[in-house]
Amino acid sequence: MIPDVIVIGTGLAGLSAAVRLGDAGARVLVLAKGVGGTHLGAGTIDVLGYAGPSSEAEDGGRLNRVQRPLAALADLPPGHPYGQVGAEGVAAAVDWFKERIASGPLAPYAYEGGLEDNLLLPTAVGAVRPSAVVPETMAAGDVRNGGRVCVVGFRALKDFHAPLLADNLARAPEGVEARGVELDLAPGGEPDVSSLGFARGFDEAAFRAEVAAQVGGRLRVDERVAFPATLGVADPHGTWSELERQLGRPVFEIPTLPPSVPGIRLFNSLRHALRRGGGEIILGAAVTGADRDGDRVTALRTRVGLRETLHRAPWIVLATGGFASGGVALDSRWNARETALGLPLARLPEPGGERFRPNYFDEHPLSRAGVAVDGDLRPVGANGDRLLDNVLVAGATLAGAVPWKEKSGDGLSLATGFKAAELIIQESDLGQRAAQATAEA
Amino acid sequence: MAAMREEHDVLGDLMRGSLDHCVKCTICETVCPVSNVTPLFPGPKYVGPQAERFRTPGELSPDASLDYCSGCGKCTQVCPQGVHIAEINTQARARLKERDGFSLRDRVMARPPLSGRLGTPVAPLANRVLANRPVRRLAERLVGLHHEAPVPRFAGRTFQGWAKRHRSPEGVRRVAYFHGCGANWYEPDVGEMTVALLERAGCHVDIPRGQACCGLPLQSNGQFDAARRYVRAMAAALAPAARSGVDIVGTSTSCTLMLKREAREILGLMDDPDLRVVSEHVYDICEYLVALHDRGELRLDFRPLPLTVTYHAPCQQQGHGIGKPALELMALVPELRVIDMDATCCGVAGTYGLKREKYDIAMKVGANLFGQITAERPDLAVCDSETCRWQIERATGVSTVHPLEILHRAAGPA
Repeated sequence: MIPDVIVIGTGLAGLSAAVRLGDAGARVLVLAKGVGGTHLGAGTIDVLGYAGPSSEAEDGGRLNRVQRPLAALADLPPGHPYGQVGAEGVAAAVDWFKERIASGPLAPYAYEGGLEDNLLLPTAVGAVRPSAVVPETMAAGDVRNGGRVCVVGFRALKDFHAPLLADNLARAPEGVEARGVELDLAPGGEPDVSSLGFARGFDEAAFRAEVAAQVGGRLRVDERVAFPATLGVADPHGTWSELERQLGRPVFEIPTLPPSVPGIRLFNSLRHALRRGGGEIILGAAVTGADRDGDRVTALRTRVGLRETLHRAPWIVLATGGFASGGVALDSRWNARETALGLPLARLPEPGGERFRPNYFDEHPLSRAGVAVDGDLRPVGANGDRLLDNVLVAGATLAGAVPWKEKSGDGLSLATGFKAAELIIQESDLGQRAAQATAEA
Repeated sequence: MAAMREEHDVLGDLMRGSLDHCVKCTICETVCPVSNVTPLFPGPKYVGPQAERFRTPGELSPDASLDYCSGCGKCTQVCPQGVHIAEINTQARARLKERDGFSLRDRVMARPPLSGRLGTPVAPLANRVLANRPVRRLAERLVGLHHEAPVPRFAGRTFQGWAKRHRSPEGVRRVAYFHGCGANWYEPDVGEMTVALLERAGCHVDIPRGQACCGLPLQSNGQFDAARRYVRAMAAALAPAARSGVDIVGTSTSCTLMLKREAREILGLMDDPDLRVVSEHVYDICEYLVALHDRGELRLDFRPLPLTVTYHAPCQQQGHGIGKPALELMALVPELRVIDMDATCCGVAGTYGLKREKYDIAMKVGANLFGQITAERPDLAVCDSETCRWQIERATGVSTVHPLEILHRAAGPA
C-alpha cells in the first residue's frame, strides 16, 4: 500500500512527525539507516539552554545561560531555525509531546517542566546543564535551590563515578552539598553491565529491594538521592516512586553515557504510538536518492544487495540529522550535500576556507551548515527559492543552529518535526479525512 | 581469475573496513537478543568492531565468546553508522571455526540435503526415531543435538517429486520458484500452495531443476568453503531464469536473503556472475506479491477467514529492508484478525537453538515472543521462516504456518 507520508529518519524529529501524522489518520512509513539519537542523548527536551546577543555569538565565546526559554526564543539571531516555528509553535509541540508520553505505554511516567523556566540538572561528571522539559524521574535533581544530595553509583557501571560527580557538583555556585557512595551490586553479579543492563535489573523487584536496603542505611538527614538514569525501562514510574517511598525522600536520575535509558523509554513510547496508528519503521533502509518530477519528489530509493527499491508517497519529511548522523556531508573536495535527496547546503564556509576555529566555544564557520528552509519548512536554494514542494525538512538537518552549544537540539527536533506534521495535515486532505472519520464514528 | 580475486579482496575489505565507522554508541547492544539474556555473549559491539581490531592472520580472535553470536543480524539493521556488524562477526567466527575444526554435528546440521536424502525414504521410521526421548537424550550426549530442540519432521515425499509431475498453465507473467530445502524435504505442501496461489494470481510458475541448498546453514556454521560451493550451485540452477528476465520468488525468507545479499557480502562472492544476476532478480514471496498488489496486478479475491492469528516477522525477513509485506497481504483477507507481535527474535536462528550448549539461550531469547503469542490464544501463529515456525510451534504449542498458507486458505480451493 502506498503510504500518505514517508518520514526519513527515526530520531526525535522523525518520530515526532511520524506519530503526529499517524494520530491524524495518515498512513506513515518511516525509513531509517538505523536507530537514531534518542539512544545517545539524555532523554530530556533541551529547548534553549544558552543564547546571547547575535553580535556576541558572531564573536565566539560562551553564550549566556537561559533562564526563560520562551522569552529567549524571540531574541535568537536571524536565520535560526526556531524562527521558522516561533515560540508558540515550540510551546504547542512541547504540550503535545508531554501529553503523548503521559498517555503512552509507560504511563503514568511523564515529563515535567515547560518553556517558562529552565531546570538546572547535574550531568554524569557533576557539571550542571539547563533543560526545559525533563522526565519526572529527573526533576528533583534541580540544583537551583541547593540542598544535600547523596549520589549513588555502581562499580560495575562504567563512566559514572559517584564520588567524582559529587565533588564536581559541590563546586557549582548553587551551593549543593554532595557526596558519593558506590555499591558493589550488579544484575546477575556481572562485572561490566551497561546502563540498560542496570535498568533491566531495576525492572526486577529483588534487585530494587537489594538496592534500597543497601542505600537506606547510608543516608543522612535531609539528603535527596541521585541514581544513574537506570531506574527501569519497563515501568520507570513504578520503580522511581517505589524507591522514593522506601527511602522516604526525593529520588532522581542523572543521565549516563550511552545507551541512554531515558532515551530508550522515549523511543519505545513514540514507536508504540506509531505502531498503534498503523505506522511502520523499516531500519537498515538508508535513503540513497530520489526520483523527481519538477518540484516534487515522486519516489525514494533504498538499496539491499544489488537491487534498489522505490518507495512512493505524496509527502516526504526529511529528518536524517546533521553531520554526526550522516544526514549532511562535506568531503575533502568541498562537495557539500544533504545525503538522502541531494539538497544543497547553506551556511557553508567558502571552498577551502576555515571550517573550525581553535577554541571549543568559538563560532566555528562550519557549525551552522545545513539545509535552509522557508516558513513552511520547504528546502530553499541560495536565492531563497523553494526547491521542492512535497518535502519538508526537520531536525538537525536544518541550517542555522548550533545545538551542542545552545542546548537546543531536542527542542528543535521536536518543534520542527511537529510543525512538519501539522503543515502536511493542513495542506493535504488528512484533516478532512480525520474529521470525517470522527463524524462517522 | 586473478583480477576477480582482487575485486573480491577489495570488496571484502570494504565490508570489514566499515568497522571504522563505529562510534561505540552501543545501540547494537541494546537490541542484541543474545547478550540481553546471557553473559556468555558480551554483545555485538564488543566481539565485532572492537575485537576485530585485534584479529590478525596469526591471531584469529582474542575471545571465543564470538561463537555465541546467533547471527540474527539485528545489530547491522539498527546501526546508525552503517557498520556491517553481523557480517564482520560471521566472517570472524568462520575463521575461528576453521582453526578449531568442525564437529560432526555441525557438519551434518549444516547440510539439510544430507539428512533429507537419508530420512525421506524412511520418513515414518526416521520421524519416530527423532521423536523418541531416549534416542534424543543419547543424541544429545553423543553429538550435542539438544534433546528438546525443534527438529522438523520428514514429509516422506519431496516437493521436487511433485514439481516433476506438475504442469503450470500459461499465465500473464512468468515467475520462477526457489523452494529451498525446507519446502523440498519437510514442507512440500508450502511449495505446492505457493505454486497454486501464484497460478491463481495469473502467473506461469517455472520450478528450476537442480535446486539443492543455498548454503546458508553452512555459512552460519562457519563452513565457508562448502557454503560457497552450495550457493554457487544454487545460483547456477536459478541463473537461466534470471537471465531471461524472469523474477525468482522464494518462500524461505532467510534463504532468499542469502541469495539476495548475504552470500555476496559475507562469503565475498562478488565475482560470481550467476549469483549476481540471481541477486538482482530474487524476491521474498510476500515482497513480490505486495509489489504486484501495489501495481493493481494481484488478481486474487479472498473469501472471509474468521480466524485470529499472530504474526512474527523473523530477523532474517527484517534483513530484507522491506517492512512487513505479510501484514499487508493478510489485511486483504476479510474477517481475518492479525495481531503483530512486538518481539525481536524467536531464538532459534536457524541451527543455533538446536545445539546442546545454546538451546537454553535460544529459549530465553524467544520467551518474550512465546509469551505474547500464547497470551493472544490465536488459532494459528504466522511466520515467514521455517526454523522459526518449528521453534514457535514447539515452544507455544500453537500451530504455526507461512503467511502463504493463510492466503492460500483464503483464496479457496483451486
